[in-house]
Amino acid sequence: MFRRYGEHCVATFAPDEVRVLRKVATEVVGLLTDGFDHADPVVDRLFPDIYPSNPEDSAEFRRFTEGDLKTGKIDSAGAILASLPSGSGGEVRLDPESAEAWLRALNDARLAMGVRLDISADTDLGEELDDAVLSDPSSSRVFQLSVYAYLGYLQESLLTALTE
Amino acid sequence: MQSPDVETVPATDRPWITVVHDDPVNLMTYVTWVFQKQFGYTHDKAQSLMLDVHNKGRAAVSAGARERMEYDASCLHGYGLWATVEQP
Repeated sequence: MFRRYGEHCVATFAPDEVRVLRKVATEVVGLLTDGFDHADPVVDRLFPDIYPSNPEDSAEFRRFTEGDLKTGKIDSAGAILASLPSGSGGEVRLDPESAEAWLRALNDARLAMGVRLDISADTDLGEELDDAVLSDPSSSRVFQLSVYAYLGYLQESLLTALTE
Repeated sequence: MQSPDVETVPATDRPWITVVHDDPVNLMTYVTWVFQKQFGYTHDKAQSLMLDVHNKGRAAVSAGARERMEYDASCLHGYGLWATVEQP
């Protein structure tokens, strides 16, 4: 988890954590590039209609802004990939600008996973995870829920380190 | 001085608002931080807006000209918040 040293936010990641973060950031980039599809509910959540009751005005606005928005999100996910240790585990040291990019990208990744995992206001993550483990401990849902919870802890710790 | 009757102000001159909607994923601390970052609000004001979003399902976070609200909403989308624009 992140700690503050001077102006930097610093964390040490185990090889497994680096692998997960690389996978998650790569998936976000994929979603925003080759896999970009407005029919995907994740894309719908990351790029919401600005005028929900006026599809025409929403589409018009989207036409002018979506490119920049997409580029910004790709750059943020890229900031995670760029600052991860190249080998296995190791230290990550973020200046305030990179820390902000990480916060945005972690948030986008959590939003994407939240849609896929059907996270709602009533979801109790611990309960959800227990149920998934009981039904099949080796299932992809167990892994995805664990990653989702992990990204939340990581985002919270980075935010605390950045703003303390 | 008499305040102008709202009904007599032409629709085009009435202010627009940026609305942020509640979302089950975004962390409360993150939403507060985004409001401070994007609008320069104090921590107290940002936190109280975040609580409005959380408890009431939505809150107007800025008001002004339509183009400005569109800009605000687009920036908030950049942070992953669910923002829309409307003229109340």
